[in-house]
Amino acid sequence: MLARSAHQPLKHEADEQRLFARRARLGFAIMALCIVALAGRYSYLQLFRHADYTTRSESNRVHVQPVAPNRGLIYDRRGRLIAENRPAYRLEIIPEQVGDLEATFGALSDLVDLGPEDLDRWRRVRPRYRVFDRIPVKFNLGETEVARLAVSRHQLPGVVVTPYLARHYPHGALLTHVLGYVGRLDVADLERVDAANYRGTTHIGKIGIELQYETELHGTAGVERVETNARGRVLRVLERQDPIHGSDLVLSLDVAVQRAAWDTLGDRAGALVAIDPSDGSVVAMVSKPSYDGNAFVHGIGSQAYQQILAAADRPLFNRALNGGYEPGSTLKPFIGLAGLENGVIQRNKRIFSGGEFLLPGQERPFRDWKDGGHGWVDIRGALEQSVNTYFYQLALDLGIERIHAYLDQFGFGHATGIDLPGESRGLNPSPQWKQRRYGEPWYPGETVIAGIGQGFNVVTPLQLANALAALANGGARMAPRLLYARKPPGTERARRSEAPTAQQIAVRDPRNWSEIREGMRRVVSGPQGTARVIGLDARFEIAGKTGTAQVYALAEDEEYDEAEVAEHLRHHALFIAYAPAGDPRIAVAAVVDHGGAGARVAAPVARAVIDAWLAQELAQ
Amino acid sequence: MRWRLPVWLSLPRLDPVLLVTLLLVMALGLAALYSAGGQDAGLVQRQGVRLAVGLVALAVLSQVPAHVLRIWTPWLYLFGLALVAATWFVGVGRGASRWLDLGMVTFQPSEIMKLAVPMTVAWYLHPRILPPDWKDSAIAVAILAIPAALIARQPDLGTALLVAVSGCFTLFLAGIRWRMIVAAGIAMAGAAPVLWMFLADYQRARVMTFIDPEADPLGAGWNIIQSKIAVGSGGLTGKGWLHGTQSNLEFIPERHTDFILAVLAEEFGLLGVGLLLGLYLLLIGRGLYIASVARDTFSRLLAGSLAMTLFVYVLVNGGMVSGLLPVVGVPLPLVSYGGTSAVTLLAGFGILMSIYSHRKFIRR
Repeated sequence: MLARSAHQPLKHEADEQRLFARRARLGFAIMALCIVALAGRYSYLQLFRHADYTTRSESNRVHVQPVAPNRGLIYDRRGRLIAENRPAYRLEIIPEQVGDLEATFGALSDLVDLGPEDLDRWRRVRPRYRVFDRIPVKFNLGETEVARLAVSRHQLPGVVVTPYLARHYPHGALLTHVLGYVGRLDVADLERVDAANYRGTTHIGKIGIELQYETELHGTAGVERVETNARGRVLRVLERQDPIHGSDLVLSLDVAVQRAAWDTLGDRAGALVAIDPSDGSVVAMVSKPSYDGNAFVHGIGSQAYQQILAAADRPLFNRALNGGYEPGSTLKPFIGLAGLENGVIQRNKRIFSGGEFLLPGQERPFRDWKDGGHGWVDIRGALEQSVNTYFYQLALDLGIERIHAYLDQFGFGHATGIDLPGESRGLNPSPQWKQRRYGEPWYPGETVIAGIGQGFNVVTPLQLANALAALANGGARMAPRLLYARKPPGTERARRSEAPTAQQIAVRDPRNWSEIREGMRRVVSGPQGTARVIGLDARFEIAGKTGTAQVYALAEDEEYDEAEVAEHLRHHALFIAYAPAGDPRIAVAAVVDHGGAGARVAAPVARAVIDAWLAQELAQ
Repeated sequence: MRWRLPVWLSLPRLDPVLLVTLLLVMALGLAALYSAGGQDAGLVQRQGVRLAVGLVALAVLSQVPAHVLRIWTPWLYLFGLALVAATWFVGVGRGASRWLDLGMVTFQPSEIMKLAVPMTVAWYLHPRILPPDWKDSAIAVAILAIPAALIARQPDLGTALLVAVSGCFTLFLAGIRWRMIVAAGIAMAGAAPVLWMFLADYQRARVMTFIDPEADPLGAGWNIIQSKIAVGSGGLTGKGWLHGTQSNLEFIPERHTDFILAVLAEEFGLLGVGLLLGLYLLLIGRGLYIASVARDTFSRLLAGSLAMTLFVYVLVNGGMVSGLLPVVGVPLPLVSYGGTSAVTLLAGFGILMSIYSHRKFIRR
């Protein structure tokens, strides 16, 4: 009866209703099944996959972000601040939130002074970061830049201005060769530090003290577990582990002494190192010319950098630490002591200086600096007047082996072990060395000139000062120390750093040492002293020794006339001194590049440093 | 077992089962909305006003006898079609011209078609002999296909789908023969590649994303992944009302509109989802029961179609939020924020109630 033909045009209500009911039941059954299936899907997600999705939900909202510690401050030994942290602003970009990076950079360059270098650097460091991290673009924004950004920032999503502490060196170029500087952390830096500890850090010590004591100055990063929304905005801090800030450091430098050397050097290139012989602490360390480390903190432009790099007088070069100078006559006190201690010369025995010295069987004479020589002199006189012929004979009698061995005890040819990275070792020559280096035997003539510090000898001002300190204090050679005290965060007082261990140089007869010291005293105070000019009005007795390092060798028949020689070919002037002569409190080595004779330009620099230091020391 | 409703609920011609179930769904929805909207009371208030407007529409329509509706049906259809066409010229909206700006409110004319299409198909089949023959079926298909195509071109795939499906259900309940259904199915399958070519890029992207959401986890796949994380981390009992981290921390996109079920699932857990699905099933079942006791073809077909269309909403939205179906703009009925669809739905339930309460007086 359900089968209907076209001849039955009437609607059949009951049939329709039955048909409808069947369809409705079928439909409802299918729908109920579907909804049960849907419920099954939710059960699967919410019961079976619950743990998995809970983990993902947690990691979704909780980010761990680093909290950078504050870098330790640095003081000089009198408590003057020499490296500080100043509040500054930096510009950062969060790549994830920036739609069009190029357009954003374009817009930013209208507001901020942005060079192509800034953008290049940004792209270089970018792989270090995650997309939701803030990547610094430019540091130390100017006030107007900050103001302009504040006005336009709402149009620049993903652009952030962040306050931070910027390193600043209030004394600028004066201390750069010691302090070094911090610079932008780059990929190479990350290989030498614990990268996790530096996640929130933007700057790292690049050279100098900042590099040497990086670990202590930096401190330990803290972490914050923060809850963020999907756009990375921090909503609240869930948990915070505070950073351990860097330790403050006190250096043994005295800025006033440093300044005295700096000012006295004037426009000349040169170096000065002053060491307290009692504990090896470095009181002053100057290298001129210098440069302002502050420029490097915020990323020096490549143009400015090229300029510094290309400068003829090499401001980046640390002469005190790396300058290799011929020691010249400043080596004589050490040679003299070697002679006395080895019994080659006696204290009161005089030798005649006739102006020339001839090796047996050779025709070329070695000259005194004074025509006609100095006459009869003992070791004291030989030092006072810097008699070359005395030391030619002495050196020849000692022989290069004994010279080498004795100088070795004073640290020549070795790194001093100062707490600064990258010092040079100089050269204390020996026949073995020459054979190795040149494949040639040692010649007696080379021993002769070694007696006056010429030939192969190379010293750094730091080595010279350190050897002098050992000579002044009776033979205790210490590794020079710049770190005077450290003040870890949370402590009240700075604690003295451990004293360097001293190596005692063998003393056969203390009178030999006194004899040398007397000779050096006469250099400044004696009537014939080569540096008597600086002794005239000194409040303290100074013991010293002048020296001249040859820059260019003269032919036999040539006369060295300073006035005629081009500046860059003039000799380097050297002067070493300690004071007071009877109770040494400071040992100084000064070098003035192309300064000519040591007494005239180098000695006054040393004198200024001694005055500045002793004035303060004795005032206490 | 007989029980009496409170007086204020015993309004004439209001079916208590439907009404109570609807109120429960809406209450659950407002609670979820309060949380999803960042505890914005204003948002809940605005939605409350819309639901109230919908309830007024429900109350009004429940008083209108079905035969009166039937008389007005073709006019409503033509009026709705005209408005949909008007959006082509004066429509507003982001990317798609779906809305008409009526000054005070913007209004989505395609919503009218959700009611008008099943009504018109029912109206057309009402005097015919059922099950419909090929000719009547073809005309019915045309009635539903024209507005669906217009809406799909707006483009608004979700609404077009709902409009088309509501018409199809009417046909299905009218007893259209299985071989026609099979034939239509084959025709659809054959047309699928052609349809694919007509889809906009973003629509294709949605389908591709559905197939492999992890391929672009920060782009198109983000919605689905975050939504699934919200649902899955909810567990059996949920994180508690207002304590859903996924929603409160803004990880779920469109969390107060199309993805509100994710918020609900995160905060109320599987129990909450189960309760909501149960309520929907109750609404569908009650609707079909009302349809089955209706006394004329128009009422029967219309009531059944309205009930079954609700199912499509639930299935598509629930499937989308749980990553079973591609992202299509279909709201969760009476829960998602947004006025027009709630008003339409409640109006539909008003028609259902009217059909139920007038069943005894309509005799043919």
